[in-house]
Amino acid sequence: MNQIRLHTQGLSVGYNKKTLIGGIELTLRQGQIMTLIGPNGAGKSTILKSLIRQLPPTGGTVYLDGRDMAALGERDVAQKLSVLMTARLHPELMTCFDVAATGRYPYTGRLGILSQEDREKTRQSLELVHAADLGDRDFARISDGQRQRVLLARALNQEPQVLVLDEPTSFLDIRHKLELLAILKDMVRSRELAVVMSLHELDLAQKISDWVVCVQGDTIARQGPTEEIFTAEHIARLYGAARGSYNALFGSLELEAPPGAPEVFVIGGGGAGIPVYRRLQREGTPFAAGVLGENDLDYPVALALAAETVAERPFRPIGEEAFRRAEALMEGCSRVLCPLTDFGEMNEGNRTLRDMARQAGKLEAWAAEGCTV
Amino acid sequence: MRDDRARYAGGLLLLAALALGLLVWNVCAGSVSIPLGEVLRALLSPEEGGIVWGMRLPRLLAAAILGGALSVSGFLLQTFFANPIAGPFVLGISSGAKLTVALVMVVFLSHGIVLSSMAMVAGAFAGSMLSMGFVLLMSRRVRSMSMLVVCGIMIGNICSAITDFVITFSDDSNIVNLHNWSLGSFSGTSWEDVGLMAWIVGAALLLSFLLSKPIGAYQMGEVYAQNMGVDIKRFRAQLILLSSLLSATVTAFAGPISFVGIAVPHLVKGLFRTAKPIVIIPGCFLGGAAFCLFCDLIARTAFAPRDMSISSVTAVFGAPVVLYLMASRRGGRGGDQ
Repeated sequence: MNQIRLHTQGLSVGYNKKTLIGGIELTLRQGQIMTLIGPNGAGKSTILKSLIRQLPPTGGTVYLDGRDMAALGERDVAQKLSVLMTARLHPELMTCFDVAATGRYPYTGRLGILSQEDREKTRQSLELVHAADLGDRDFARISDGQRQRVLLARALNQEPQVLVLDEPTSFLDIRHKLELLAILKDMVRSRELAVVMSLHELDLAQKISDWVVCVQGDTIARQGPTEEIFTAEHIARLYGAARGSYNALFGSLELEAPPGAPEVFVIGGGGAGIPVYRRLQREGTPFAAGVLGENDLDYPVALALAAETVAERPFRPIGEEAFRRAEALMEGCSRVLCPLTDFGEMNEGNRTLRDMARQAGKLEAWAAEGCTV
Repeated sequence: MRDDRARYAGGLLLLAALALGLLVWNVCAGSVSIPLGEVLRALLSPEEGGIVWGMRLPRLLAAAILGGALSVSGFLLQTFFANPIAGPFVLGISSGAKLTVALVMVVFLSHGIVLSSMAMVAGAFAGSMLSMGFVLLMSRRVRSMSMLVVCGIMIGNICSAITDFVITFSDDSNIVNLHNWSLGSFSGTSWEDVGLMAWIVGAALLLSFLLSKPIGAYQMGEVYAQNMGVDIKRFRAQLILLSSLLSATVTAFAGPISFVGIAVPHLVKGLFRTAKPIVIIPGCFLGGAAFCLFCDLIARTAFAPRDMSISSVTAVFGAPVVLYLMASRRGGRGGDQ
C-alpha cells in the first residue's frame, strides 16, 4: 500500500469558530487523486482551506506526512504541500517565469535570490506544463488556460508531496480543462504526487479521480472509490437534482422529460434518435421512443427524456411483445419521426413500424438542421 | 537573466547619480547662488554658520533622506493593501501623525517645555499607528481599492481639521512655526535632526530590505504567500510597523508631504520594469531622494526668496502620476476572496 501523505482525524471546519462541516475523516495516499464533489456552497473550498492552514480548523487534526500540521513550521509545510487556489491573481510586472519561480521560495536564502539550480528547476516546471514558451510573457497578459498552467508549474516547482487544487478547471474551455487534468494525471504517475482537489465537472471528476468525497451541507455524505460513488441515484441525491437525471456510465446530465402523454413517436436506434429526443425535449413536446435494444446508444437518453420507452432485451431482434406496445403507442401519437435509415435483422420490426406510419400519413421528414419537426 | 541584473544595477546607479547631481545643483542654487568651486571649498573646510554647511546641506540631506523614506513607506503600503494608489498621505497616516505632533507640541509648549526631535518622532509614530488602525478597520469592511482610498482621505481630512482647530486656538508665538510645519517644509533642519533621521530611516530601510523575500511572496496574494511559507500575521505586523515608522519620521521632521509615496514607487517600477522588492526598495529610496531634492529645488527657487511649501510642489508633479495610475487600471484588484 502506498504511503499516507495527508490525513485528518475528526476534522471539523468552518468560519469564526462556527462549525460548518464536522466529522471529516480523509486519507490521501501518494499517487492518488482525491476529488471533492458536491453542490455549490456545500463547503468544498472550506475543507480545502482548512487542509492548507488558510483557515484554522474548528476541531480535530490535519496530519501532513504523519505529523500534526498545526505544529509544523511554515517552511516545513511549504516544502511538502503546495496549492493552486481560485483567488484571482494580479501580480504587477511579473513574467510567467517570475510567477513559476515563486515556487522556489521555501528553498531560497534570506533574500530569496534564485540560484542556478532554482532557475533550472523553474524552467523544467514550465516545460512540464507545456508553458516553456511563456517564460518571458507578462503574467497579466496571458489567457486563463495559460495562467492556470503557469500556476500549476509554480505549484510543482515547490516540489511538494501533496498538491491541493481548488476548482482548477473553472474559467477554462474544454480543451484547456482536458489539458490541465492530463498534465496533472501525468504528474501523479511520474512523481507519485498525492492530489486533493475540488471539481465542478462531474464527468471530469469521474474520469480522473481515484477516490471521491461527496460534500453535502454539514457533512461528508459519502466517500469511496470512484466506481462506487458515481451511481445515478446517489449523484441525484447529492445534488438534490429533482429536475433531470444523471447518467452514471457516460457521466452526463440530462434534463427532465417534457410532461404529458406522448404526442410524437420516434423510431430510433444506434445514436440516430438522440438529436431528435433532444430537440423534442427543448420544444417541450412529450414523446415516446421505440423500439430500442437495452444496449442501444439511444436507450439511456430515451429513458431520461421520453415519456415512454419501448425496449427489447440486449442482442435480440425486436420481439412480438415490444412490437405490439410500440404499435399501440404510435396509434396514440399524431406524428411519427424516423431518423433511422439503416435496418437489419435486429430491428426489422422498426422498418415495419415506419411503413405503417407512412401508410397512416403520420410520418414526417426529420431534418437534422434548420426546419422544425 | 544576466542582463536583468546588469539592468537593475545600471538603474540603481542612474538613480544614485541623479540624486547626487540634484544635491549638488541644489547646494549651488538658491536665493544666493553659489558657484560650484566655492561649494567644494566650503565642503572641504566646514565652518559653522556658513550658507552651505549651516543651512543648505542639512536641509537638502533631510529632503533626500525623508523623500526616500516616504517612497519606501508608500511601496510597503501598496504591497500591504495590494493597491497601487495606497500611500501614507492618501491613507491619512501622515495627517494622523501631524495631528498628534501638533497636540503634543501645543501641550508641551504651553508648559514651556521645548520638544526634542525624538519626542516628535515618537508622537508622530503614535499618530501614524492610530490612523493606520482606522484604515485597517475600514479595509476589513470595504473591498474595493478606491473606497479604501476615499476612507483614508476622510481620515486625513478629519485629522487636518482637528489640527487646524488646535493651531487656531493656541496662542503661543511658536505656533507660527507649527503652522509652517503643518504645511510641510524641509527648512530649518539642524544637523542633529539629520543625524537622528538618518539613524531611524537607515534602520527601517535595512529592515525593509531584509523583508524583500516575503514582500515578493506577498505580491502574489495572501493565500500563495502563506503556502510559500510566509508567517502572514507576523509579516503583516512588520509591514505596518515599518511603513508607519518611516512616514512618521517624515512627518515629525518635515510635516505631511503628499503624493511622493505613490508617484515614486510607480515611476521606479516603470524604470526597472519589475516589482521585485529587492530592486525596488533601494530604487524607491534613491528615486524618492531625487524626487524630493528636485521638488525642494523648485520650492526654494521658484519664488525666491520666499519658500513654497514642499507639499504643493510634490503635488504638482506627483498627482498627475496618480491620476494616470487610476485611469490606466480598469476595474481594480479588490475582492480576492
